[in-house]
Formats: sequence, structure tokens, C-alpha cells
Amino acid sequence: MSIEVSAVSKLFPQRSGRGIRAQRDNFVALDNVSLSIPTGQLTALLGPSGGGKSTLLRIIAGLERADSGRILIGGVDVTNVPPQRRNVGFVFQHYAAFKHLTVRRNIAFGLEIRRRPKAEIRARVDELLALVHLEQFADRMPAQLSGGQRQRMALARALAVEPTVLLLDEPFGALDAKVRKELRDWLRRLHDEVHVTTVFVTHDQEEALEVADEIVVINDGRVEQVGSPEDLYDRPANEFVMRFLGPVTQLGDRLVRPHDVRIAPAPAAPGAVTGRISRVLRVGFEARVEIRTGDQVVMATLPHSEFRELGLDVGAAVAVHVATGAYAGRG
Amino acid sequence: MIAYLFLLVAWPLYLVGRNAFADGLSDLRSILTDPDAVHALTLTLQVAAASVVINTVFGVGISLLLVRYRFPGKRVLNALLDLPLSVSPIVVGLALILVYNGRTGWFGQALESAGIQVIFSGPGIVMATAFVALPLVIRAVVPVLQEVGDEQEQAARSLGANARQTFFRVTLPAIKWGVIYGVVLCLARSVGEFGAVKVVSGNVLGSTRTATLMVEEKYLNFDRGGAYATAFLLALVAVAAIISVAIIRPKEPT
Amino acid sequence: MTAETFAHRHPPAGSTPHPPAGSAPRPPAGAEPGGLAWGSQEGGLPLTPASGLGLGVAMLWFSLLVLIPLTAVMVTASEQGWSGFWRAVTNEQTAAAIRLTVATALLVTAVNVVMGTAIAWVLVRDRFPGKRVLELLIDIPFALPTIVAGLVLLSLYGPQSPIGINIANTRPAVFLAFLFVTLPFVVRSVQPVLSELDREAEEAAASLGAGRFTVFRRIILPSLTPAIAAGAALSFARGVSEYGSLVLLSGNLPGKTEVASVRILSSIENDNLGGAAAIATLLLAISLVVIVAVDLLQRKLVRRG
Repeated sequence: MSIEVSAVSKLFPQRSGRGIRAQRDNFVALDNVSLSIPTGQLTALLGPSGGGKSTLLRIIAGLERADSGRILIGGVDVTNVPPQRRNVGFVFQHYAAFKHLTVRRNIAFGLEIRRRPKAEIRARVDELLALVHLEQFADRMPAQLSGGQRQRMALARALAVEPTVLLLDEPFGALDAKVRKELRDWLRRLHDEVHVTTVFVTHDQEEALEVADEIVVINDGRVEQVGSPEDLYDRPANEFVMRFLGPVTQLGDRLVRPHDVRIAPAPAAPGAVTGRISRVLRVGFEARVEIRTGDQVVMATLPHSEFRELGLDVGAAVAVHVATGAYAGRG
Repeated sequence: MIAYLFLLVAWPLYLVGRNAFADGLSDLRSILTDPDAVHALTLTLQVAAASVVINTVFGVGISLLLVRYRFPGKRVLNALLDLPLSVSPIVVGLALILVYNGRTGWFGQALESAGIQVIFSGPGIVMATAFVALPLVIRAVVPVLQEVGDEQEQAARSLGANARQTFFRVTLPAIKWGVIYGVVLCLARSVGEFGAVKVVSGNVLGSTRTATLMVEEKYLNFDRGGAYATAFLLALVAVAAIISVAIIRPKEPT
Repeated sequence: MTAETFAHRHPPAGSTPHPPAGSAPRPPAGAEPGGLAWGSQEGGLPLTPASGLGLGVAMLWFSLLVLIPLTAVMVTASEQGWSGFWRAVTNEQTAAAIRLTVATALLVTAVNVVMGTAIAWVLVRDRFPGKRVLELLIDIPFALPTIVAGLVLLSLYGPQSPIGINIANTRPAVFLAFLFVTLPFVVRSVQPVLSELDREAEEAAASLGAGRFTVFRRIILPSLTPAIAAGAALSFARGVSEYGSLVLLSGNLPGKTEVASVRILSSIENDNLGGAAAIATLLLAISLVVIVAVDLLQRKLVRRG
């Protein structure tokens, strides 16, 4: 089911100061945002904290109301439809488990509400338990599960009612790094199997790059860019997107990715930028080379083996240029 | 539902105030000048003070023991400490009489021959009052003690403080507000005790009549004005206690 | 006038912790029935000689003040044997008083469960001016001397009532008095639990299709049930024990508006300590039964989800 966000704005009234000096500012959470998400796609809403992505997600779910604009799901205007009737699955950062129910009954909740026959519920829950690999925890309470297991349960619970759209709000934010990576992969593979239109919010660019079909970068309540991970990384629309999605270094007045910076022993062709290597940092297989060119410090990264072949070291004079065909933005 | 509260609590309370001042300040003044009345008020305050002191010392001590230590029967003790809240004040009076009554009491006889009279006398009133207010300080202090944790105490120890210093310099200041809260509740309850005191005091005019007993007596003797005036004073104490508690308690995050 | 009898008791303060080795006890998550709650206590230090002494002294005081006297009541009641006990309790006037007391307390508790939860809800979830005043009002019945409470109710619902309602000396007066003094218990028991509820769980239920009432019934209520039950138990025990507010308000008419506490008092005044003890013991037993029953009931309700 496709999602259409049309000119959505949202303000949160804020009060600063006290007493007579109290001012009413409005915090602009979303500023005239429009977005189109095709059916079956896995989309990431990426951006810094406080940028509006969670608000947008909650508006799509119906958990918040926009001040203006419309939301369409599958072509139907759901702007005034309460969350109960939108048939949208929602997964929260902190799981929102029903603490007094077992895992099985948590997952079954949506089906029990809809008064499905018991046999059908049981079958479906078993199916989902197998899908999320929680079969042996079926009769445990959420408190007895780890964070990762609880989130898998939350996902199964959301999927149980066969939602048209699946929304996840920083689903792995509360988990530690290793579990986060595992669940990331797992979400991707789950999506490949189940093909529900999925939107998830994250502030972790690596997560977005790894998992999503398409990324929407949101900052300060506005959409900065929409595109595939490659698009965003290789052809960022502006400086913000470029800086947010990967490392950036400045050469002259252009912004370049450090791995697109080429160095060669001086002397170089006339007109090329020259400088001296001030620092070399070896991280894993990479060499990160810091070069001082007049008033700038330029970072170049390249495989350590290549660096060794160049025979350069700290203090050496080098010529610096951007690889042909690489993206160089305005700085 | 606001109406519910209004009809049940707010309006009647206001009326007491109004009735107390129905004849101007004369009722109030007579209460404050009549020697018997003054004695009753004084007695109430003295008894309440004693009860507060006893229960605070006992309460803080027991709280520390319950929260920081383990010993057999702790859970049972925990449950037992709540008993005074579920027992009728008349039964409290009865219980104390059975044990401390000069003539037939279990210990009363021995005490009487030693010259100590408990029932129908000051000590009995204090005991009855302390009984009913016993759990209040504990219930206020225990949660605070738990929340504070014993890390500060450990830090004090590591810096060389002994037990006494740790308690007075570290523990007590940390639980200060819990103790104050408990003390205020205990005070309000002690000032207001009626049934238990009625049973153990014998209500002898001038010597064992407390303010609450005075309210009853005046009303039954058709001194309505006096009754309302005294009630007003007592209500004032109660409201003052609640307001100070509300101020003490940190504002709940809404 | 401070009883010198207690002078021997030194403040257990001196007996505080030696090098605390145990980890800090965890604060309870949500209220537990009764007042003193701390979930599972995993440790705490073993007793030292000093703290052991403190405990001993405290226990001595507690026994002298509370345990022994209460035991005396039960012992005295049993001294008359079953027949004596039964006679005291089934005396027509007494039986009527007990019936009235228990029935009214049960009714009042039922009302409190509904109203108390509603009030707690409004306090936690709604925003309106004057909320703090409301909070104060709720605590008043708890702090107010019972005799004053009687006068307070009398002024609005008695012979000089400005709105013309006079229920003094009638059964409704007993109901009203109980209602007044038990008002805070359910509210104060439910309020902290309600404010700690996971709002996201309610949103999750909504996203799964649950309407507002369903969310309340299946998600919120099960979390509140233990707290409501605890409040209800306290409310019942308090109601059954009430005395002071009824003295002026109900007239204590035998067979009509006389409650159990009044019967106990008149037994004492007639030097019938055995009879008084019998009624008292019966009341204690009834309270105990109700408390246990409420606890069992709420466990069952929670498990059903």
C-alpha cells in the first residue's frame, strides 16, 4: 500500500521563560513536508534527533495529528481516521510490550480484538513465532525476554493483523551494537520475505544505508533529499546531506569524500594543489592521511597497501587532486 | 466527579468554618480563654508532641533496619507494622486497657503497685495516640531510604566516618524530607485521634480531656458554638498539615 | 507528662550500618498492597551487634504497644470459650450493628473503587486549573480528626443544613460518614501506578485496532487492578473501624444506626470486657477475610488479562 504525505505541517507550542516574561514560541516540527512512498518499499526516514522524523511517522500512524496537510494510504485519505482504523503496524523504540500478557498473547492481541476464531489465532501466532524465532518463548512474560527478543515480539505483534503499512520508530535504538546489527540484517531479510510497505526512522546513517531501498533525509522539519542510498551518498543535494551521510573533507572550495582524494609524490602538474603530509593514521586496512596545503587540512583515505607503495611518509611533499568522476560539492 | 468531591468534602468543610464564626469571634475567644478548654488544647498538643517524638525515633530506626538489613521474620514484621491502620480506635483502647488497666490488666497490676498509672491517665493517652500513628513515619521514610540507596553511606565509610557520624551527617540529611513528611502526617493524626483516647482516658474534665473529646462534649451539651470553634481549630491544624505536605512533596512530573 | 516508662529506650540511631557490603535495594516498581513495598529484597546486611540491639529494643517497644495488647484482645475473647463468644456476638443488638457495619463498608468500598479510580484518572491524565486544590481536598479526610469529620458532615447534611438535607440519625448517615473517611484510600493507591503506566503500550494497542474502551479494559485496568485492590482493602478496613465521625452524625440508634465500634465501646463501659473483646476479634477476623479475598480476586483478574 503506498503512502502519500501531502503538505504536512506540525507545530508544537513551547513556552520559555516564566511569569510575565513567558514567551510562546512554536517549535516547528514539520514544515510543509510532502513525500511519496511506493508500495512494498523499505524506506528510511533519516536525520538528526529532533529533526521531525518521528513526528512524521506518528502522524502517518495516526498517533499525532498534523496541523495541516493530508495523509493518504493506498489512495485513501486517512488524515481524519483514528489509528485504530488505519490498519497500520507500529513498532516503538522501547517495545511497548503488554507487560501483563505472555508473548503469545501479546502477538495475538490484534487478532483477539478483531474476534477471530481461536483456531485461526493460534495458527497465525504460531506462524509468527516461527517467523521471528521466538517459539520457545511463547509462554514467557515480556519481562523475561532480552531487548532484542522483545523487539522481535513487537514486530510479530504488529505483523499479526496483516497491516498495509509497517512503521518502526527507531526500532533498534534501545539495543546494544551487536544486537542492533543482527536485527538490522534480519529486518532487511524479513522485508524481502513479507513485502509490506515499511517505513523506519533512524538517526544512524549506516543503518539507513545498509537496510533501506530509499532514504528520506529530514532535517529541521524539512525534507533535504529523497533517493536511493547510492544517490544520497554519491550525489548529495546539499552540504547537510553530504556531511550527514559520510565523511567529508574540503579541498579548495569543494567538499569531497576522503576516499576520492588522490595523492601523488610532488612535483605535480602545474595548477595542482600541493602540500605536506602532516599525519598518517592506520585504522584496520585503511590509511588516513592528513595533508596540509597552505591554509587547509585535507583528509585522504586509501588502502594501506597502496599508501605503502607510494613510498610516502610524514613530511613528504605531495600533490593532491580529486579522482576523476567523483562528486565534489560546493563548500 | 468534581461535584462528588465538592459535596462530600469542600462544602461541608467550608460550613464548619462559617459556623465557627457565626457568632463572630466570641466562640473562638471563649475557647481560647476558658481554662478547661485551654487545658484540653494544651493536653492535645503535649500528647501529640510525645507521640511524634516516639514514633519518629521508632520509625526512623525501624525503617533503617528494614531497608538496610536482613533478618528472619522481616516480611512478617513489615505486615505487622501496618496493623494499627486497620484496627478500630475503640479496639485500640480496649487492647491497651486489657494490658495496662490498673485493676485487671496483664501488666497493669504490676505497674500500679509501682505507682504508675497508665489507663485513665497521661501515659495511656500517649500510648493510644502513638499506637494509631505508628506506621505513618515508617511509610514515609522507607521509600525515601530505598531511593537514596546506600552509596553515600559507603562513601562516608570509605572516608573514615563511623556509624554515628554516617547516620547524622549523611543518612539523616538524605532522608530529611521523608522524615518531615512522616512527622507532619503523624502530628495531624495524633492531634486528631478520638476513639482510642476516649476509651483510655476516662474523659475526666480538666485532666484527661483532649481537644477532640472536648468537641464531642460541647456539642452534646448544646454548646454548639464552642464545638464548632474547637473543631475549626482542629481542622485548621489538619489543613495546615496537608498544605505543608503538599509543599514539601516534590512536584509530580505531569 | 511524657511517659518515663519509655525512657529506657535509646534511639536505635546508634546502630546504623557498618561497612555496607550489600548493594542498594531497588525501589519498588509500582505500589504493592499494604504500605511498605520493596519488591524482592535481595540482600541487606546481616545484623551487627549494635543493630541487633536496636532491633531488639524496637521490637520490645512494638510488642508492648501493639502486639501484646492486640493479642490480649484475642485471648480475652477466647477466654469465654466458644459459647461465650457466640453469645456476645449474636446478641441481637450487636449482630445488627455488625451487619450494618460490614454491609455499609462493603457498599462504600464498591463506590470508592469506581469513584477513586475515576478521580485518580482525572488527576493523572487531565490538566485543569485548581488541580492542586483538588489534591488537597482528597487528603483532608485522611488528616481530619474523625470527630471533626462528623461535625463537618453534620453541618451540610444535618438539622441545620443549608440545602435542607437532613440525614442525621439515619442509615444514610452511616454510609456518608464511611464514604468521607475512606475517600483517599483508593485514589492514593491508584494514582502512583497510573502515572507510571507505559503510554506507548496504549498507543500500540490503538495501532492494533483497540478502541478507547478496549484499551482501558485490556491494557490499563490489568495494570491497575493490584493497586485498586490494595486501596479497596484499606478502604474496607477503615470503614469497618470507623467510630468518631458517627458519634454525632448517626445518633447510634440501636438496631438502626449503631455500628460495631459503638457496641464495643458500650460493652467496655458496662465492664463487659470479654464481650467487647469478642466483637473486636470478630471484626478483625472479618477484615482479614476481606483483605485476603480481595487479594485473591485481583490475582485472578490479572491473570485473565
